[in-house]
Amino acid sequence: MPQDKFPDQHLPEGEGGQAQHSDARRTFLKQSSLLTALALAPPAALKAAELKFEEKVAAVFEQVKVTLGINGKKQKLSIEPRTTLLDLLREQLHLTGTKKGCDYGQCGACTVHVDGQRVLSCLTLAAMADGKEITTIEGLANGDKLHPMQEAFIKHDGFQCGYCTPGQIMSAVACIKEGHADSDDEIREYMSGNICRCGAYPNIVNAIKEVKNGGHKV
Amino acid sequence: MKDYFFQDTVGKPMDRVDGRQKVTGAAKYSAEYELPNMAHAVLVGSTIARGSIKSIDTKRAENAPGVLAVLHYQNSIKVPGYVQEAHPTEPKPAGKPLQVFIDNQIHFNDQPIAVVVADTLERAMYAAKLVKVQYNVEKHATDFHQNVSKAVLPTVAKRNPKHGLNDYVRGKEDAYKTEPLKIESEYVIPTEFHNPMELQSIIAHWEADNKLTVYDKTQAVIGTQNAFAKDWGIPVQNVKVIATYVGGAFGNGLHTWPHETAAIIAAKKVNRPVKLMLTREQMFTMVGYRPHAWQKVGMSATKDGKITAITHEAIGQTSSYEEFTESTLQQTRMMYTSPNVTTRYRILPLNVSTPIWMRGPGEATGAFALECALDEMAYVIGMDPLEFRLINHTDKDPEKNLPWSTKYLKEAMQMGAEKIGWRKRQLQPGMVKNGEWLVGYGMGVGTFGANRGRAKVKATLHKDGTLVMQSATTDIGPGTGTAMVQIAAQNLGLPPEKIVFELGSSLYPPSPSQGGSATVATVGSAVHAVCQVLKKRLTSMVAGNSDTSFKGATVENLTFKDGYVSLTASPSARLSFGDILKQQNLPELEVTEESSPDASLRQKYSMYSYSVHFAEVQVHPLTGQIRVTNMVSCADAGTIINAKTAGNQMIGGAVGGIGMALTEGAIMDHRFGRYVTKDLAEYHVPVHADAPNISSLFVNKPDLINNPNGTKGIGEIAIIGVAPAIANAIFNATGKRIRELPITPDKLMMV
Ligand code: FES
Ligand code: FES
Repeated sequence: MPQDKFPDQHLPEGEGGQAQHSDARRTFLKQSSLLTALALAPPAALKAAELKFEEKVAAVFEQVKVTLGINGKKQKLSIEPRTTLLDLLREQLHLTGTKKGCDYGQCGACTVHVDGQRVLSCLTLAAMADGKEITTIEGLANGDKLHPMQEAFIKHDGFQCGYCTPGQIMSAVACIKEGHADSDDEIREYMSGNICRCGAYPNIVNAIKEVKNGGHKV
Repeated sequence: MKDYFFQDTVGKPMDRVDGRQKVTGAAKYSAEYELPNMAHAVLVGSTIARGSIKSIDTKRAENAPGVLAVLHYQNSIKVPGYVQEAHPTEPKPAGKPLQVFIDNQIHFNDQPIAVVVADTLERAMYAAKLVKVQYNVEKHATDFHQNVSKAVLPTVAKRNPKHGLNDYVRGKEDAYKTEPLKIESEYVIPTEFHNPMELQSIIAHWEADNKLTVYDKTQAVIGTQNAFAKDWGIPVQNVKVIATYVGGAFGNGLHTWPHETAAIIAAKKVNRPVKLMLTREQMFTMVGYRPHAWQKVGMSATKDGKITAITHEAIGQTSSYEEFTESTLQQTRMMYTSPNVTTRYRILPLNVSTPIWMRGPGEATGAFALECALDEMAYVIGMDPLEFRLINHTDKDPEKNLPWSTKYLKEAMQMGAEKIGWRKRQLQPGMVKNGEWLVGYGMGVGTFGANRGRAKVKATLHKDGTLVMQSATTDIGPGTGTAMVQIAAQNLGLPPEKIVFELGSSLYPPSPSQGGSATVATVGSAVHAVCQVLKKRLTSMVAGNSDTSFKGATVENLTFKDGYVSLTASPSARLSFGDILKQQNLPELEVTEESSPDASLRQKYSMYSYSVHFAEVQVHPLTGQIRVTNMVSCADAGTIINAKTAGNQMIGGAVGGIGMALTEGAIMDHRFGRYVTKDLAEYHVPVHADAPNISSLFVNKPDLINNPNGTKGIGEIAIIGVAPAIANAIFNATGKRIRELPITPDKLMMV
């Protein structure tokens, strides 16, 4: 398959790595495999090659096939290897409940569950989630019935603008599951990866406590 | 919600009307609309702070896959109205806002100089890195302290000697200098960034050649509509602005920015809807900030605690191309009884981007210096700082010589002192301990004008008994819609479940921007007005009925409750709102009302909201680690419409104040004029672990001079006075007075 030609595709990106990484990949393509590639190339690639648009040649081959379980539904997708899970959800699947607050793993707004664990979707390449079960905020409620954490956030007013909220809720559910919600201080510590600039923190802590102490299944 | 199935909903802690949308991910923020054939735009920023573009090479970017356009000053569509003088909704500043892609001049580092448009986000991001720019570099000035001698009086003040930013002297100038008991201190706050969690974003869509729709992160729907109509020389009604949900803003959505115009240019060029979302780094350079400020306060007092003089000077940073000013010194002019008050305000232009009002603009900066100085003065005369403030409390406005519309600051102080346990505080620092930790208590007062503007609300009462209201205000987080529903429920006697308030669209009747803590006073008054008219209409309908049971009914002798009208004297005769319309064969009843403040009343009274914040901190004497362990924030903000959302706003302001006091501050590498702190790992906004239990308390007494609902604003006073409360508590714990924010352990250990 085409992606086999690019053995570095699953490497994590380093510091400021996107450009260097992609540059390297394209140079590799240009130097060593353009001929091989052309033998298998679809017409679009041939045309691009004629025009000496190496970038465009590369683009034709840069698709990875993945199967993701998203909120209980299997989705077969063809994606660029550099696409993050966050951008895949937001831009291609239109599941915009998962938020982008930084894109660098610093704010928690993009938190989703991957196989039941809380994960920052901006730091996860979609290709890395191949075969995994992903739950986003859209998949947390049971039909019309809100998840107890969602109810508790409403009751305790655990938000203002609401932008950090999906991430807070996904994180909060995982925080209890992990057994990290035994005291106010523990909750604060284990929720500190989720920033709320509106500053609704005390209300969020109260919401989590209520769900934890109410013995709800999370 | 069942509990509030009554007309007296005002004040109740009702759940937010849009809570369900926000907890399920259904709430759509500006970058989240799905439009056919949408393209993605990414901005390229300059890498020098001053100079000009020598050459710009876009070839590789243009040849990259999926790229539709790379636009910059040489090939951009020229914005026809780009001779705009200023943000049209605001008082005219000197200079002008940055115009994007207009020439090759560079005014600050990371100034947007090109926009790359591609069919996917990844492709646009990649191609943006391929744009190569060469510069003619000029020497930049970004270091505040090195350039402080170049500070000037703002042009608006120079032009108009009556302008409030001019030097102010009440009594004798600098009178503190000759007094025996005095203090004189300098205070510094660094540049701070709003950093709302939602990145600034816009989707620009030209629906026709002269018809523009934007889904935009803004606090000002109508202001944005006007700005873009003017820019593009098209009729105002041809511009539609949608901002249904705004993921925080704290001031940075108060006017339009270059990235918005860049997206609109791009959309025009590629003839497709274009989405542009700033990166987190760009949030530090392209959408304003709270300006770096230096302040000096001199104060004198008598031994028995009467302030005799205050001098307060401030210098705030601005850009080289636009003068930004704020009312840093306002609180000093009106808060305390001092017979002698002097204030001087200057601005310092640097090669940086222009600031914008950030929550508690100016006042939060000024209150840090003033309220710390008060604490220092009280310490010099050996008096409890709460007592010192009570002694110098003003019963009328000493600046304007007017009575206050309402002022219940003393009550707020008493409530807060009680709640935090102020009695535990010792006059001498370092006396209270908790194990190894030193415990301290501090307080700070805040104030902000109880602003009110003009707004229009359209209300439609349907025959099924539901009410839909619309106004072009926004909700950046305080819960605008919820408050409006409660005001309408109260005033009309309709259960809140039957009321919907729609906002965030320029198609609705005009309202001002959500700024200056004025939304509830402004829009709430229009909701009040619309409800009064609806009641009158319903009254004349029932009074004129063929069924004569309501004959002679007037608004006064009727009761409106639970969606029914009844005669107060004989409640058994009652009709639902819906039935009244049905009897008239009306499918609906539509009313639009405008409400404005009474200008003559505003000349007779001085109107302010007040807050007082109490902080308990613990400081570790060996490491300098500081923990805020308890906070109590109290407000005199008039009638509280919703105890839950209002309390949340106070809590949020306190958290913002903790950031100001302890964690937030820009660091710039002046060799390049570029921020080192340009993401959330380097620029520290408070996280869960930084926020203690915070209590918010309200006096909750109406200010009916201000508006018919009796409200005064909360948003700003929630943060104004928090940072000094914490700084003062740290002094009380340690005896160390840190006058430069943020107060980090290294500063504490170095004293
Ligand atoms: S967007 Fe992923 S952590 Fe901020
Ligand atoms: S609710 Fe606005 S950032 Fe958390």
